[in-house]
This record gives sequence, C-alpha cells and structure tokens, in this order.
Amino acid sequence: MPGPHAILNYTRRLRGPMTNNRTWIPYLLILPSVAFLALLFVVPLVQTIWLAFSDNGLPSLANMRTMAGDLNFLPSVRNTFLLTIAVVPVQVVIALVMGTLVAKVGAGRETILWIWTIPLGISDLAAGMVWLSILQNTGYLNSLLFSLGLIERQTSWLTYQTPVALFIGIAVAEIWRGTAIVMVIIVAGLNQVPKEFKEAAEIFGAGPWTRFFRITLPLIRPALQSALILRTVLAFEVFAVVYALGGRNFPVLVGEAYTWQNQNQNYGVAGAYAVLIMVISLAATVVYLKAIKVDPERLP
Amino acid sequence: MSSKTVSAASPAGFVSSRRWLVWSGIIALCAWVLVPIYLVALGALGGRQGVYQWPKTGLPTGISIEPFLLFLRTEGVVQSFLNSLGAAGITVALSIILGAPAGYALARYNFHGKDSYRLLVLLTRAFPLAILALPLTVSFIRLGLYDTITGVGLIHTVLALPFAALVTQGIFLGVPKELEEAAWVFGCTRIQAFFKIVAPLALPGIVATAVFAFVISWNEVFAASVLTVRNRTLTAYLLTVLSESPMHYRFAGGLLLILPSVVFIFAVRRYLFAIWGISSK
Repeated sequence: MPGPHAILNYTRRLRGPMTNNRTWIPYLLILPSVAFLALLFVVPLVQTIWLAFSDNGLPSLANMRTMAGDLNFLPSVRNTFLLTIAVVPVQVVIALVMGTLVAKVGAGRETILWIWTIPLGISDLAAGMVWLSILQNTGYLNSLLFSLGLIERQTSWLTYQTPVALFIGIAVAEIWRGTAIVMVIIVAGLNQVPKEFKEAAEIFGAGPWTRFFRITLPLIRPALQSALILRTVLAFEVFAVVYALGGRNFPVLVGEAYTWQNQNQNYGVAGAYAVLIMVISLAATVVYLKAIKVDPERLP
Repeated sequence: MSSKTVSAASPAGFVSSRRWLVWSGIIALCAWVLVPIYLVALGALGGRQGVYQWPKTGLPTGISIEPFLLFLRTEGVVQSFLNSLGAAGITVALSIILGAPAGYALARYNFHGKDSYRLLVLLTRAFPLAILALPLTVSFIRLGLYDTITGVGLIHTVLALPFAALVTQGIFLGVPKELEEAAWVFGCTRIQAFFKIVAPLALPGIVATAVFAFVISWNEVFAASVLTVRNRTLTAYLLTVLSESPMHYRFAGGLLLILPSVVFIFAVRRYLFAIWGISSK
C-alpha cells in the first residue's frame, strides 16, 4: 500500500508541478541576490546619506554647507544639467532616425546594426580619448578647418578660455558614445510594433509623418521611457569623458565628488555630492514615469 | 547627382531617390560611428611624430605597430590590463551565479514578494550606482578589500546583477515550461531537469548576458578609480596617468580600452536586441 507521502506526491503531480506547495524554492533562488544587493546596494546607500548628513558621528549639515559654498559647486550643477539637456534629446532623435532608416533595409541590416552598436562597448574614458585625437590642437578638426581655409593656425578648443567649444566637444563625444544604447532599446521596441498597424494606417491614407507620430511613437512609449530613464541617469553620472577632454576645466558633479574623495580626502563632502546626484537622478526618473504614461492594456 | 541618374534610369524615380536618401543617411551614420575609431587608431599607431604632424591628412601614412607596443611595455599597463580582466571575470561569475537563479525564480514561480523584488531590481536603475563606491572605501579598508581586484569585482557586480536577473528571466521564459515538466514526469529530479533540459537551451542567452556583465565591468571608471590605489584596473590606471601622459599614449590607451569590448559586442550582436527588448520591459 502506498504511504501518505507517495499519495501526496502523486496529487502534486496531478495539480501540475509549478503550483505545488514547495513555496520555499523561489525564495531560496532569489535569496543570494537579495543578500548581495542588501549588503552592497542598500547598506552603502544608507551610509552615503549618513556620510553626507553627519559630522564626527553627529547629524549635521556641515558637509552640505561646504559643498554649497564651494567655488565649483554652482558651475558643476549648471554644467551637468546643461550637458544632460543638450545630449539626451539629440541621442533620442538620432536613435529614432536610425531605427526608422534601418527598418527600410532588407539585406545588410545586421551589419548596419552591428556598426551602430559598437559604441555600446566603449567606455566614456575611451570616448574622451577618441575625441581628444580629433579636437586637440594638432588634431583632425583643426587640420580639416585649416585645409578648408577657415582657420589660419592651430586653434585650441578644449581650454578654460573656450568654454562653449569645450562644452560642444564634450557633448559631441557623449552623443557619439551614448546613442547606441538608446538605439538598441528603441529598435527593440520598434521590432515589437505589429506591421498591420502601419499598413492599416497607410490604407486609410495616413502619410509617413502622421504614421510616425500617431502610430509608431505612441506604441514604443515603454521603450522610449526606459531609454530616457537609463540615459538621463547615465548623463548625470558623466565624468571620465569630461576629464579626458577638458581636465578640470569643466567641473561636473561626479568629477567634484571624485576630487573631494581622492584629492581632498574629505569623504563627507564627496558623500554630499553623491546624495545630490542620487536625488537628481531619482527626481528625473519620477518625472519620466509620470510624464510618459505607459498603459499596459494598450500594448501590442 | 547620382540620385538623378538613378531616377532617370528607373521608372519609379520617386521611390529610387528615397532609397538613395535612406542609404546615404545610413552610410553617414555608419561613418559617424567608425571614422572617430579609425582616427584614434591612427593616433595610437602614429607615435610621437604622428601627434605633431600638421596639417593631418587622415590617411594611414607613417603608422606602425611599434608605438603601440611601446605603450604596452610601459610600466603598469599590462598589469592593469590583467587587473581589468580579473575584475571583469569576478563580475561575470558573481552576476551569473547570483542573477540566473533569481531570473529562473522570476520566470517560473509566482510568489509573495515577487513584485517587491522586481522593484528592488528596477530601483537600482534609478541610482548612479558607481557613486556607492564612496562609502564603501571605509568598509572595504576594514575588511581588507580596499585596493583589491575582488573589491572592484564586488562593486561591479552591483552594476551587473540587476541586469543579469532581468535578462535571464526573459531567457528562461523563452524555454518552454512543458519540456521541463515532461522531464520531471519521466523521473528527473528538479536539479537534473534543470541541467539536462533547461540549461542547454538557455546557454546562448546566458553567455550573451555574461558578455554584457564583462563589458559593464571592463568600462567602469569611477568606482574602480575610487577603490584602488596600486592594483588599478585599466580604466583607473589610464584616468590617473592621464594628465601626465603624452598624447599618443592617451590614444593608445583609448584603443586598448576599445578593442576587447568591440570584439565582444561583435560576438553577441545577434542577441543584443532580444536582450534589450527584454530588459527594457
């Protein structure tokens, strides 16, 4: 006679293995990653906030005051915001153009997409060095302008005296590197738009622009939203590309945090900058989540 | 000019000129990506004379592998290259070992707290994670992890793990549940069924995830620079010697950083869009 356990096992199989009552299995599977993230994400997060708002072990706003009173504070806030505002929209537009263009191609599509995703593997430090080779005094930009007769001698673009040119140089390098990730997310979104939608719109006489703005764009909202969140958070983290091109001529928030930590050995003020960057990033995420409504019911 | 010849030759002139427009756009955007890489490679292979050549032609004249090899022989370069490989290896191992089981749980089970877990994972995305290296300096010094490759690998895993969990979830969702259940019915234990049926089918996707974890670690600059002094990764090394190194060394450093990740992106190009389609949901 089968024992009670065998019968239990048998009924378990009948009910389907996934709905049985071994409920501890998923918890066992996620536990290691939860423990890891708790130790190395949540704890440092709390520590950062404490570092920023304490002084000699007591709650204090001293670090915040030092940060706000620093000469480089306002320029670094301004520069970081200006860079984000200049870079992110351009990246989204180029990515949409790339997605639209590649949709019209049959053969060669894979190669084109591979070339466009190459910058995905390039760090911001390397991107800075790449554009340094173009923008430095004896670089390719000056050589081109010289041979076109637009400049008479080597011109510096990356100094303290040329803040606008330096800003444009950094923005171009960031656009060059960071567009790939936006493109990948948007193309992945475009791939999920059913062809029938566009064909139907075409039959009803919608032109290409109408189709793009009324059909495609609303349907790729989720992709657009996650691309915007990812890119904006990364844009507020901009650091190495700025350092490679302009040294400390162009202060940005993360660069200031790095300097306070490594050069000044003042962890508190570095923590204050870190908290500021986190608050800005979180605020941007919330704005995107509110501004771009994603209705899961309407997804294809 | 060539659009005219095309439209004259073809009866559907309008369509052809549009095709021409599409292709010139595509070629321009390809050049936008490739030309700067070509130029930095010229800089890396042109040596000191190359830097001061004026005006530059952009043609590959006077280049040789020598200046690049000279850069590789500079003290600290090879070591930091190996350190970067080590940190990336730790990141890959940890983010797959910790992330793939979580992805499997998310794909196969409904459990209390599933949504909270997903929220935790997504929350990490709204944070500039590398910044968390700042407070970790103190605890890492206490634990003996400061200035070690393990320490850098740990913080890089924080960056790669959420990504790995979400992507492997999508990969396991793509392996039919029925296959696994059939194996159970035929007497496999859960663990046997997983390794005999699910793992082989999920393997290509998991390898692609691993490559991404590698690239994330390989390219990370801030945390690696904050957490190391002597055992620097390649990015941290290049950042610290940046201001005192000559131009052609900087270009060589840039090229050395670019080469491995380009090869890796090429290796996983077929999975790129599937992966990001999943992880951006």
